[in-house]
Amino acid sequence: MALRNIGLWAVEGFELAFSLAKFCCCIHVTGSYVMFPALAMGPSMLPTIDLNGNVIIVERASVWLQKVSRGDMVVLTSPEDPNKQVIKRIVGMEGESVTYLIKPGESDECQTIVVPKGRVWVQGDNIHDSRDSRVFGAIPYGLVHGKLFWRVWPASRFGSMCNV
Amino acid sequence: MSARSSLWNTAKKCVTIGLIGVTVKDRYVSIAAVRGGSMSPSLNPVTDEVSGSRVSTFDDYVLVEKFCLGRYRFSHGDVVIFTSPTNHKERHIKRIIGLPGDWVGISHIDDVMRVPEGHCWVEGDNLLSSLDSRSLGPIPLGLIRGRVTHVVWPPSRIGRVKREIRQPTVPSY
Repeated sequence: MALRNIGLWAVEGFELAFSLAKFCCCIHVTGSYVMFPALAMGPSMLPTIDLNGNVIIVERASVWLQKVSRGDMVVLTSPEDPNKQVIKRIVGMEGESVTYLIKPGESDECQTIVVPKGRVWVQGDNIHDSRDSRVFGAIPYGLVHGKLFWRVWPASRFGSMCNV
Repeated sequence: MSARSSLWNTAKKCVTIGLIGVTVKDRYVSIAAVRGGSMSPSLNPVTDEVSGSRVSTFDDYVLVEKFCLGRYRFSHGDVVIFTSPTNHKERHIKRIIGLPGDWVGISHIDDVMRVPEGHCWVEGDNLLSSLDSRSLGPIPLGLIRGRVTHVVWPPSRIGRVKREIRQPTVPSY
């Protein structure tokens, strides 16, 4: 009798673990192929994303369908630290030419470059306080993870991020 | 009615298996085919060292583990698979020669450079026919998709992929 009970518990425990594993798999697949939430903070994207932190839904489809273009905001792995993800705006796709200020606020010195094949040029909206392609150069497209899609927090700025 | 429910059950099982498979492939292990001879003789050996004849006409299939992606800790001599920095649809398999802060030599222009923070220097084992950091420059660690640990196919070549520490080609002064 006791043995049978233990057996039942084991079966039940196994079933519970299996459904938990399935749930985790669902979360992983949704997060890597459809969309994931991101907490964005820091000064580099002012005034589009403010300092206190925004919760933003990031969608993946645009990146693997190659539908991202100039002006989109994207999440990417920092080329300087693979454990860090940053949000920047795409300023130039491959083959486009980009003109940027070398030292904004100090001089009007400009530089124009052509973005190499397979790479994108990203910059923060706040050019005075942003570590971006002006520091580390154009980044490989493989580092781009997703495109900012919808802001869910703060509630006062709830809405699409596609044309901001 | 029962046919419909059995169809539904089969579909549910397929979706579950698919979800688990994709998760395992993304987070734990996957299999990749090796194309080309840039990693010869470790992978896809072109010729046998003794007899000089071609060893096998089939491509090697390798096991790629993804646990190393948790913290991006790599060591010298690891064979890694990474997305090409010039074409995000291509994957390359190369050996890590230099990690951030190392000095590596660039043989064709006789110069040394320091591998920048968050990057690594990769080279193929077959230096004569390999498109690697010597022409692409340092690779961001964020592009690495896994570490190659074993050859799993063809059966005659099953075995571990050895970690070989090769000195970076620093020119002598």
